[in-house]
Amino acid sequence: MSVHQSGADPHSAIPRGEDGRTLAPFGRRRALVVSTRTVGSYVLLELADRDGPPADPGQFHMLATQQHWGAGEDERPFLPRAFSPMGSSGGHLWFMLEDVGPGTHRLATLKKGEALWVSGPFGRGFHSPETVHVEARSVSGDDPALGDRGGPRPILVAGGIGLPPIIDWSRRLTEQGTEATMLLGFRDAAHAQVAASFATAQLATDDGSAGHHGYVTELLAAELDRDQHAVVYACGPGPMLEAVRRLVSERDVPTELALEAGMACGYGACFGCVVPLKDGGYARVCVDGPVMAAGDLAPVPAH
Amino acid sequence: MPVSFCGLALDHPIVNGSGTFDALAAERAFGRTALHAAFPFSAYVSKTITLVPRPGNPPPRLWETATGLVNSIGLPNKGVEAYLADDVPRYATLPVPLITNVMGATGEELAEVTAAVGDRPEIAAIELNVSCPNVATGLDIGAVPAELEAVLRRVRPVTAKPLIVKLTPNTADVALCAQAAEAAGADAVSLINTLRAVPLQPDGSGARWLGGRQGGLSGPAIRVVALAQVAAVAERVGIPIVGMGGVQHGRHAADLLSVGATLVAVGTESFRDPIAGARIAAELSALAAGA
Repeated sequence: MSVHQSGADPHSAIPRGEDGRTLAPFGRRRALVVSTRTVGSYVLLELADRDGPPADPGQFHMLATQQHWGAGEDERPFLPRAFSPMGSSGGHLWFMLEDVGPGTHRLATLKKGEALWVSGPFGRGFHSPETVHVEARSVSGDDPALGDRGGPRPILVAGGIGLPPIIDWSRRLTEQGTEATMLLGFRDAAHAQVAASFATAQLATDDGSAGHHGYVTELLAAELDRDQHAVVYACGPGPMLEAVRRLVSERDVPTELALEAGMACGYGACFGCVVPLKDGGYARVCVDGPVMAAGDLAPVPAH
Repeated sequence: MPVSFCGLALDHPIVNGSGTFDALAAERAFGRTALHAAFPFSAYVSKTITLVPRPGNPPPRLWETATGLVNSIGLPNKGVEAYLADDVPRYATLPVPLITNVMGATGEELAEVTAAVGDRPEIAAIELNVSCPNVATGLDIGAVPAELEAVLRRVRPVTAKPLIVKLTPNTADVALCAQAAEAAGADAVSLINTLRAVPLQPDGSGARWLGGRQGGLSGPAIRVVALAQVAAVAERVGIPIVGMGGVQHGRHAADLLSVGATLVAVGTESFRDPIAGARIAAELSALAAGA
């Protein structure tokens, strides 16, 4: 997981859009499976993606296998599936997935050397704690002063399969000299195994088989009780993100949520992946997100 | 494989189906330079534009089937005024002609949108989405030949631009509808639109999955339906046909051309492969060259 170049900025030559996002190469490309590993309930997938740029933390890729994509249960999958990488550098991408349906089942049974179709990175990634703080305060009209600590403290919250972009963002923040508080929630100990390498993270499980017995949002509430001068980043299932959105909205804490939605294309073509906005209408998760300001959103749908 | 269509000289016969490729969003995802340098279609067909803005349907909007996709998007768009002011100048910089797709809830409304769009020199042709009920008569405009003809007779005089009528497959006799369109002055017809479809919740409750309750099926699952309907229409009308439905490869495009289409639109396959249109055009060209 730690293929990182040092010295000169390896990202400087990558084409970027007007809003700073890393642009995807036009089309889809072949990538080969380098390794697969099962950790508890999840499968970790490492791909060699020589022709793709590293993603901004929070961006995502669309994945489909080159062979046997389709002809599974009910002749599915048919469309590619969206995943945010847990790391991307040096021409490699790392993904984490759980076998829960025909698409993830096929991806979970991939073997070393098999080929995938990959497109991306797509969408808008996370923004710096300072940016999130200032943008939220300029909306609310409150004093943007942060005190004398140099910046707001980032709290990163992940629920289950929402872990990958949170890991990637935490690593990027560390590289930039910012240590984030990590709060990780899982269904049970088998799902929580993947978090074993994050020694400083606080853990919660729904069934109490590891860490705090309860929801990760309870850990978040406790952290915010202790220190309101925080910026929250969260990724996880819809109901968890909705719980985070309610909590930070009540407490007026600047927050970015990395959203998930069923999507057909990943690049704004199908208009299928929308989430409702606070001021009415919808935003497309794939091009307007997947990372969005919590303050812009209406209640997050369950799926 | 250059082709002439309604007076437009196109580089090849592959265009996009309306609502399956958002060129402005693709600029955001891939960059303007990369998109324009390898634009996959020989003409660009816009999403459906209506008189007033529409937010679209509540999610969920998608359902995957065996080699198909049901969508219930609900035609979200910013309305014709904002479309003409904001989007058309940007579409005009694309390296291909712009075809604007429009819809109206009555013949009057469709005529109003068509006239506004028809005034713009950047727009090469207009596609009429008639897969909707006429709120004035309660009839599905595109499904009832007499209703379709009456609406088109109201719309036809408001513009000199080529009018393409996008036919619905959800009708008793699509060829009769095509004849009605031709009689009322349509310059071309395009088909097939999606087949009406209702996915249910996977939990067995019988509740509907889609936020919009019903949707339309596209993708390889409907390819043979498209071949049947394009063939039936080609036997009954003389105007050119834009054929579409489940096209994934050059062979599929060649099949639609062989039963009477002049152009072929690619839709759902672009979701799986953003440059599918260019690949299919190249495959088609290789087939035509006897490769």
